[in-house]
Amino acid sequence: MSIEITGVSKSFGPVAALKDVSLSIAEGKIYGLLGRNGAGKSTLLNIITNRLFADSGTVLIDGEPAAENDRALGKVYLMSEKHLYPEGMKVANVLKWSRHFYPDFDMDFALTLAEKFGLNLNKKVKALSTGYSSILKIIVSLSVNVPYVLLDEPVLGLDANHRDMFYKLLVERYSLRPATYVISTHLIEEVAGIIEDVIIIKEGEIIRQESCEGLMAQGYTVSGSSAAVDQFIADKIVIGSDDLGGLKSAYILGTLDRSAVPAGLEITRLDLQKLFIQLTA
Amino acid sequence: MLINTEDQRPIFIQIAEGIEDAILTGAYPEESQIPSTTEISIRYNINPATALKGVNILVDSGIIYKKRGVGMFVKAGAKEKLQQKRRNQFFENYIVKLIAEAERLGISPREIIMMIERGYQR
Repeated sequence: MSIEITGVSKSFGPVAALKDVSLSIAEGKIYGLLGRNGAGKSTLLNIITNRLFADSGTVLIDGEPAAENDRALGKVYLMSEKHLYPEGMKVANVLKWSRHFYPDFDMDFALTLAEKFGLNLNKKVKALSTGYSSILKIIVSLSVNVPYVLLDEPVLGLDANHRDMFYKLLVERYSLRPATYVISTHLIEEVAGIIEDVIIIKEGEIIRQESCEGLMAQGYTVSGSSAAVDQFIADKIVIGSDDLGGLKSAYILGTLDRSAVPAGLEITRLDLQKLFIQLTA
Repeated sequence: MLINTEDQRPIFIQIAEGIEDAILTGAYPEESQIPSTTEISIRYNINPATALKGVNILVDSGIIYKKRGVGMFVKAGAKEKLQQKRRNQFFENYIVKLIAEAERLGISPREIIMMIERGYQR
């Protein structure tokens, strides 16, 4: 069981948003879909859910073509920036209609979450702040009970407390009822521990897809005096560096031979956010 | 237990070492139940697979054991076993680093010994 994306391309006028993208999204894993603004994240998620049509290529959901296929699309939920509900609709009715579209929708859980987050069920969708608009969409996403949940910028406008609540609820939900979650976000540090696999997209192309742990293990950071660092990295694959006065940190790909590290140099892990910045610069 | 995604140790290692610390300090006594991987992942916002990987290190090394359908427990003799392991690592983890820092600061071996004695008198 998986979502298989094969050779998908999409252009908007002269702009190629996705270039021959192939990707496999497995069942029961949490993915981080990382890319800079305009890299093609939302386009990809919208094509998977048939909200946009690819110029070429195919999307298979558990072996069935996704395009114009209600049964296949019923297995996927996309939380996107856009609301698909009429603006005058009340929050309570949004939940009711969600159950209509997704038969396994867990209404009790949704109501519990609404209370936890302090979401007013009688408010109209258009009257919600950016933060509460995100919260409503989060509540629906965590309650739909479909095998594939795609979250496009789920924490937009949320304060630190609500973001933390969301991450905890996501992990809890995932533990009790494993499903696939694809999280597209700019707040990489916050999800670094949650995601199992990373998909990095750059200018419409997938440049990395592998386990988070595996990606981080491919390199390390070396810090110390500029002269010592420069000497140490001379024969290594350097993906980037930061300078501060006479100090330097360099980001290296490759395995580290600890016995070859001279005194005065400090070795630390790559962190996902720095790695992302260097890979997509 | 503190989990830091910027730490040089992978998260699953930090989980394993955090539980070890709790066993060593007596927070998790022998034959007592430890938190489930779900509880650990929710508490630290980490993937359950990562928490499981950390816990499995301790299962494999005979520090904790699983009771089907009940949970995970600290094995009898785990504390003693961990103390032995940490003693073996003490030189690498503390003494080598202490000497390196002392050399950077120009502290003599004699001064280090005096400081250690002073530390014990507090």
